[in-house]
Amino acid sequence: MYVAVKGGERAIEHAHDWLAQARRGDMAVPDLGVAQIREQLALAVDRVMAEGSLHDPDLAALALKQARGDVIEAVFLIRAFRTTLPRFGASVPVDTGDMQIIRRISATFKDAPGGQVLGPTFDYTHRLLDFDLADGVAPPPAPEAAASPDPVPHILSHLGEEGLMQPEPAGDAENAQDVPDLTRAPLEFPASRPLRLQALTRADEGFLLSLAYSTQRGYGRNHAFVGELRIGHVRVAAHMPELGFDIEFADILVTECETVNQFQGSKSEPAQFTRGYGLVFGQSERKAISMALVDRALRARELGEDMGDAPAQDEEFVLSHCDNIQSSGFLEHIKLPHYVDFQAELELIRKLRRDAGAVREAAQ
Amino acid sequence: MTPLLQVENLSKHYGAHLGCGDVSFALWPGEVMGIVGESGSGKSTLLNCLAGHLRPDAGRVLFDTREDGPRDILGMTEAERRWLARTDWAFVHQNPRDGLRMNVSAGGNVGERLMAVGARHYGDIRAQASDWLERVEIDVGRLDDRPRAFSGGMQQRLQIARNLVTGPRLVFMDEPTGGLDVSVQARLLDLLRGLVRRLGLSAVIVTHDLAVVRLLADRLMVMKDGRVVEQGLTDQVLDDPQHAYTQLLVSSVLQV
Amino acid sequence: MTAYNFAYLDEATKRMLRRAILKAVAIPGYQVPFSSREMPMPYGWGTGGVQVTAACLVPEDTLKVIDQGADDTTNAVSIRKFFQRVADVAVTERTAQASIIQTRHRIPETPLIAGQILVFQVPIPEPLRFLEPREVETRVMHALEDYGLMQVRLYEDIARHGEIARAYAYPVRVEGRYIMDPSPIPKFDNPKLNNSPALQLFGAGRECRIYALPPFTRVESLDFDDYPFSATKAAGQSCALCGSTVSYLDEVITDDAGGRMFVCSDTDYCAARVAAGSTEDAA
Repeated sequence: MYVAVKGGERAIEHAHDWLAQARRGDMAVPDLGVAQIREQLALAVDRVMAEGSLHDPDLAALALKQARGDVIEAVFLIRAFRTTLPRFGASVPVDTGDMQIIRRISATFKDAPGGQVLGPTFDYTHRLLDFDLADGVAPPPAPEAAASPDPVPHILSHLGEEGLMQPEPAGDAENAQDVPDLTRAPLEFPASRPLRLQALTRADEGFLLSLAYSTQRGYGRNHAFVGELRIGHVRVAAHMPELGFDIEFADILVTECETVNQFQGSKSEPAQFTRGYGLVFGQSERKAISMALVDRALRARELGEDMGDAPAQDEEFVLSHCDNIQSSGFLEHIKLPHYVDFQAELELIRKLRRDAGAVREAAQ
Repeated sequence: MTPLLQVENLSKHYGAHLGCGDVSFALWPGEVMGIVGESGSGKSTLLNCLAGHLRPDAGRVLFDTREDGPRDILGMTEAERRWLARTDWAFVHQNPRDGLRMNVSAGGNVGERLMAVGARHYGDIRAQASDWLERVEIDVGRLDDRPRAFSGGMQQRLQIARNLVTGPRLVFMDEPTGGLDVSVQARLLDLLRGLVRRLGLSAVIVTHDLAVVRLLADRLMVMKDGRVVEQGLTDQVLDDPQHAYTQLLVSSVLQV
Repeated sequence: MTAYNFAYLDEATKRMLRRAILKAVAIPGYQVPFSSREMPMPYGWGTGGVQVTAACLVPEDTLKVIDQGADDTTNAVSIRKFFQRVADVAVTERTAQASIIQTRHRIPETPLIAGQILVFQVPIPEPLRFLEPREVETRVMHALEDYGLMQVRLYEDIARHGEIARAYAYPVRVEGRYIMDPSPIPKFDNPKLNNSPALQLFGAGRECRIYALPPFTRVESLDFDDYPFSATKAAGQSCALCGSTVSYLDEVITDDAGGRMFVCSDTDYCAARVAAGSTEDAA
């Protein structure tokens, strides 16, 4: 009798053992190595790094293995690890103009200095299942060319020179420490654009994709051209005040998207193009484009555009709901026992029904 | 006697565009001031500046407060302005949806201002709400219905009841008959005239409808392109307009 | 667990939390924003309470963790084990022996005493949230004591149901100033908030808010003069194990023929009464 809430501790231990066994699966099948995940499921690794806000492919691969391939669970593992790490400081802003490019396309100019580079993309592949892969056939070697030693300037900088592109406030390497840090200060509204961009770059890819799509379908429409999408390696450096110069400490793969959006201008400002901006760890171009569209949508108020009820233009709505660790945690907490509040609700409903019954009887 | 509201050199720009410029007037207790003009004339901008919804660029708006006498509302804290807005002031919007809580019952709508200033007796609040429904000619049996189920005219009358329940000393009205059918307008005007006379309300009414000011306003200001072009007693301005624009305005509508 | 600091969080983070807690104690009922950390358990599962507890814990503490009033519900077990692992503190199931009690959805039946800290896990700290979804607007409403709308909601309940139809998370006013969400405790527990000798701390991790009731704070449940608040629970039932008629009871379905029994939700209270041989009404 009455075992409903007893035995929690043993049940938890046994559930964990079962989970570990289920994670491993059939022991006759070889164990999956972390290096295999890092090399062969690289885009999943990239997504875990981006949404986990921690650039470490090996840890992200380990998290994916531990999470049985559940990306949000893997992101959660990374976030919970990240939060215990000491924070030494902020890097100087990465210079994406100095990127070692593996992919670079523009939808606005047919050609530009540096050219268009398709790179390792799914675009233009036919989505046919490749049964050779099932047999583990090695791919033929891809042709190679010498890398260009010159930096590849941003395409939108050419519009900027003409004054057609709204300039962004200049980055200030000296004061990099003053940039707000979402992970060290509570999110308060209204948020600045740097804070919004931080939230978006670690936001859930699916959520941003849907929001960006909604702007394209007219909920806060502002037609976007992909001015430039570039993927490649950038150097990360920190300024050392004691030494008086910067020290490079990492070389990371990032995806950057800049959209060109129209702006009608106002009484005080002539018409010009404005920018939506996306920057994401790893090769994550769907996320980077989505981020740029949502960033631009969130600038509606600042640019004095018509504000309807479009969710993508609503800063509180977007930033309060974009984090998948917050949302999945809160969503799933309704699995926890709610005996007490449900009991209170149950008694209230019974009482209201009793009272209503008494009123009906009295009326008859 | 002290004016209830004293407006001095009030100006508001939107970028380079003039919203309203250099407006001055005094409103005396028990007086109804009408502000007329076509859309874009600056009359709504002026009203919103007076009611504290918009911040003017220049000028003063002195309100004769109960405790401290005349005070510039622009120098008040947001808390003081909000307190005024739910006690001594009332604001009737053109669209009742902007002035009502559509998912709250009629009784709750009327009772909100009472509760906001501390009323905590359910029975009393309900009795006052019923009394006000009667005064604005809404069947008391609708007390627990939500305004969604009401006609446009009923919604507007409910909005008026919700505003007047705390006995405000100054009422701002923005096109109170704006969205209504002609026959419904007439009934509402009749009701408003009765309330204004019985309660001795002081009010500032913005409208493009000369019939509204003819019936309700003691004095009139005519606005064009953000400026006041003529003001005076209502009958005087309407019957003997001096400014060319006022003459055009008066001649362009049917006489009432 | 040498890789982690005492009580998991690093000292800089604890300092940040303690500053927020001190501010919350200084302004009873006011929601202090704090920089909530990702914790190794999901948001919504007590991360706010865990962070507050971690910031308060010292090695000499004795910790009790309850969920739904019980020490052995799964999430209570999980959080208690977490602190045993990362802080190696003594734990107890006895309310009277605990120096810190972390709770979800209940206040223990045994009256708390001076020196104890009760830490609540809070899912939605904003009592005005479901009247006004925007944080920018609700913060202004609190700042200006613009609480008419909250009372309207209670008015609507009476107009429709004949009483205030809120069974848990029943809003309270703290020291006549801030309206506060007491977390989803049943309204039966609301009177225990008032004038308590213990320090009561509330942590909402996902929403980044901490608030507090210092000892002996006046806490009033919102109501109308002619519809006064009453801390009711199911009438005429007693605990099938200890016989208490005054404690809060959980309903347990015992068979598929509609059989039901009621047992204390506070397992420590119930077990102590059973051990003392009492099956009569508690005083």
